Amino acid sequence: MKAILRIAMAVMLLGVPAGAAAQAKEATPRVHKAANSVAKSSIPVMPHFRFENFTTANGLPDDHVFSVLVDGDRIWAGTENGLGLYENQQWKAFTTKDGLAHRAVLSLALDKRTGDVWAGTMGGLSRISGGRIDTYTQLNSGLSNDVVYGVSVEGENVWVATAAGGCKLDLHTGEWSLYNERNTPMVEIWVYGVSATPTKVYYAVWGSGVLEYDQQKKIWDKYEDPDGENEMVLFKDQGLIHEITTSVSYVDNILWVATYFGDSRYDGRYWHNFLTKDSGLPSNFTNVIKGVDANRAWFGTDKGLAYYDGVNWAVYRPSLTTGKPEMTVRNAKGTVSPVAVSTAPAHNYVLGIDFQGNDIWVATAKGLSHGIHQP
Amino acid sequence: MNRRRHNAAGALGGLAAVCAVTLGVFAWNGRTARASVGTGRTGEQLEYASPVEALFSPDGTRLYVLCQESAQVRVLDAKSYEPVKSIAVGTVPRGFSLSPRGDRLFVANSWDDTISVIDTQTLEVAATWPVASEPSSVVEDREGKHLFVANRISNDVAVLDAQTGAEEKRLAAGRGASYITASPDGSKLYVTHVYPNATPHRTAPASEITVIDTARAVVVDRIALPYVAHGFHVAFSADGRLGVATNMHPKNLVPLAHLEHGGAFADTLTLFGVDVGKPVEVPLDELELYAARPFGIAITPDKLRIFVTCAGSEMVTVVDVPRLIRYARTHPGSNAQDMSASANYVVERIAVGHDPRGVVLTRDGSKLLVANRLEDTISVIDTKTDRVAATIALAGPKKMSVQRHGEQTFYTARYSFQGQIGCANCHIDSTFDGLQWDLEPDGFGRDIVDNRPIEDVKDTEPFKWNGGNPNLPTECGPRTEKYFWRAENYDSLTLTDLVVYVRGLPARPNRWRLPGRELTATQERGQALFVRDVDKFGNLIPEANRCVYCHSGPKGTNQKSFDVGTKKVTDNSGLLDTPQLTNIAITAPYLHDGSAPTLEQIWTVFNPQDKHGRTNDLTKDELNDLIEYLRTR
Repeated sequence: MKAILRIAMAVMLLGVPAGAAAQAKEATPRVHKAANSVAKSSIPVMPHFRFENFTTANGLPDDHVFSVLVDGDRIWAGTENGLGLYENQQWKAFTTKDGLAHRAVLSLALDKRTGDVWAGTMGGLSRISGGRIDTYTQLNSGLSNDVVYGVSVEGENVWVATAAGGCKLDLHTGEWSLYNERNTPMVEIWVYGVSATPTKVYYAVWGSGVLEYDQQKKIWDKYEDPDGENEMVLFKDQGLIHEITTSVSYVDNILWVATYFGDSRYDGRYWHNFLTKDSGLPSNFTNVIKGVDANRAWFGTDKGLAYYDGVNWAVYRPSLTTGKPEMTVRNAKGTVSPVAVSTAPAHNYVLGIDFQGNDIWVATAKGLSHGIHQP
Repeated sequence: MNRRRHNAAGALGGLAAVCAVTLGVFAWNGRTARASVGTGRTGEQLEYASPVEALFSPDGTRLYVLCQESAQVRVLDAKSYEPVKSIAVGTVPRGFSLSPRGDRLFVANSWDDTISVIDTQTLEVAATWPVASEPSSVVEDREGKHLFVANRISNDVAVLDAQTGAEEKRLAAGRGASYITASPDGSKLYVTHVYPNATPHRTAPASEITVIDTARAVVVDRIALPYVAHGFHVAFSADGRLGVATNMHPKNLVPLAHLEHGGAFADTLTLFGVDVGKPVEVPLDELELYAARPFGIAITPDKLRIFVTCAGSEMVTVVDVPRLIRYARTHPGSNAQDMSASANYVVERIAVGHDPRGVVLTRDGSKLLVANRLEDTISVIDTKTDRVAATIALAGPKKMSVQRHGEQTFYTARYSFQGQIGCANCHIDSTFDGLQWDLEPDGFGRDIVDNRPIEDVKDTEPFKWNGGNPNLPTECGPRTEKYFWRAENYDSLTLTDLVVYVRGLPARPNRWRLPGRELTATQERGQALFVRDVDKFGNLIPEANRCVYCHSGPKGTNQKSFDVGTKKVTDNSGLLDTPQLTNIAITAPYLHDGSAPTLEQIWTVFNPQDKHGRTNDLTKDELNDLIEYLRTR
């Protein structure tokens, strides 16, 4: 299992869409076939963007962008070679020389109350506050592990997803609480993502589904794939689509879950699964999921950026065949239509998503993209 | 330079020695914490006022004086200085401020973690709000929306609802956040810190001024203070173009033998703002005349003079502002090492009382009032003549207790060579300084030692990391006289009084312990590890390798020396005195040489052979539990 994990980890970090090639063959023709048979008037209205892409050519610290965070007019980009800050149309890079825990920044979170930014890196957790960087590692603090895949701030608590379990830093007391196989239903301890709110905290645990912590009752629960580790989907919409979870987002009491084998939505009672074969998802290999509200969500896959409005889907990407900018829309009947666009995200391998009003920022394997909403 | 040194009028005369014993005041953490209230031979209680800060009411009719030891705000008539009322507040009040409208007076009570809200019409405490760890100053924003509280122990600034006192959030400040000053337009707050931020081992200390946007209540900047370990008050010129902070700049990377050459501390100001551009550090010292422990500061409304209390030197230093700005503009960066610099801008040295702290100017700038903490007086300085025009004696005992005399001895710099330093230089507010020093008796560059805290130090002898001093009279007497002061020894009475004061220093309340002193589940698990005698593999842990063996007793020391495997190449011996655990949560860095920046690193980095307790069988969860328990000590 560990060998599989390491391979998958390498896939994610290096931006090599291993599963993408095979899936591209089945996904691409469907779009063209559907598009030719649908009148323009029946195409649902979905958000249009003009994408402006940032790379090292225009100041981004590195083209491998793992995470992105919107902080008002400021944009933070977690890259393989430092933390980038885009402010006043200029990039500034924070590195280990500035106190950053490690140059590879995997995850970002904003403490909206204080303005502090938390950066999960390959070498620890850093807080950027008023220009000062404080770093927590497994040696100098109670942090469970230095590889920090996810971070989420809720009130005075910083919830962290690491390669050796989850943990929480209480900013008032300085106390670290560790969550692993010894005190939670977690089987594997490779924790990929976390979404924390005052009521519930969710961890995406690689190979162990989704872990839920009820903040009021102070109890843990676990959501697993009813099919187990079977690669076939035997029980669709009966639970989590797969154990290999990569990202969670809890919004408006709705849990959105991404895996490398499809995605899920859970309302506390019913599950709904999303697969390429019966939704507009461009790939089942999903790195990141971000809910807008109870019905809408964005998906970062290895074959592009996708948006779901509760009924219809839109996909934004460079064409898998030509590389030209492409946008497709899938309606409730499953009909897919192309929409003429002149820009697309920098790359199809999407690792991070955040919103700036109606705009969207997208972290990809080959640059950071700013999707400027078009009326 | 036209420099004069004037004597304070009305300064207390000789010592009225009164045999004193300490009184129990309140209990915390299982040990009795005693305030330094003395009892005279004839049985009378000697409760001093100990003024630390002063404020005028907006209309200038009242003078508010914050009295730390009597835990009061004394209200005086601002013209006659006659007492109007004394208002009881919380324990060890450290800072206070008026609301922008002047209708409320907020007091930060540092030891009971509360804010007293005083109605300035009725002069009654209208509310007492619980806050976080060791609140040391408090400021309300102009809109009356938020109250900002600097917490010394939790190293942050709490943002409270100014009407209800409910805490909304905390902003990360520097270590030892203590004093908040609003810019003249109220848009920004500037926070200073009494302890240095963490820096790599044996590198120069550094502190900061944390800048908070009051409207957004977020940290927007941090003014770096390289080399500065301890920051105190900030003052602004009325036009807001010049900010000035009082600092202590230790020279702890070189052997302390250099005291003869001005080598222990630079007592400095850091200038910032439009007038100077990038921050500039300037010294207040000059050869053979030191401005030890600069603390309070005020700038006259006409922007011509700066007044700085120099607590250890018991004087006020007067600075010519135009000359200072000229100097700063041509001398960027730090000028702390230049002993000739102050001749360019220091124009007066005015002697005042013992341990002068906070200052306040009258609205027209004609008078400066200085709170002399260890003399229970207020010096009134005529800012035109730079002379003490009057000394106001606050109500209180006129006799001096042993503790009081010992405390004066502790805080003064008069005993050291050229009056450079006092005990309080390294034991900030009778605690610690977070620094490591190279004391030359062990050889230059040898035996670098972390400064150990002294609160609740009674019955923890021997002293020094090598256990070389068997008792406090030795520690405070010959050792200090020989290696620190180099100028004057204590007479036997003074040494006795100093030792009585130090022995009576209480432990500040432990903030990690629940109010009823019970332990949380995490702390209980940690305690079990602390006292265990069998490791996780079922092996008996040798007695000397159990946490509880060396760190035994109520203070966490068996008062013996051990080699715990932390000897460095610069150490003469690995045999080290077992340090007490009192309030260990807040006394970083750790180990004898301060090489462990956090408690975790004692075991994750510096205990590879399990010589510092059997810990390498522990999981990360368990090590965290152990540390949570230690924080309760």
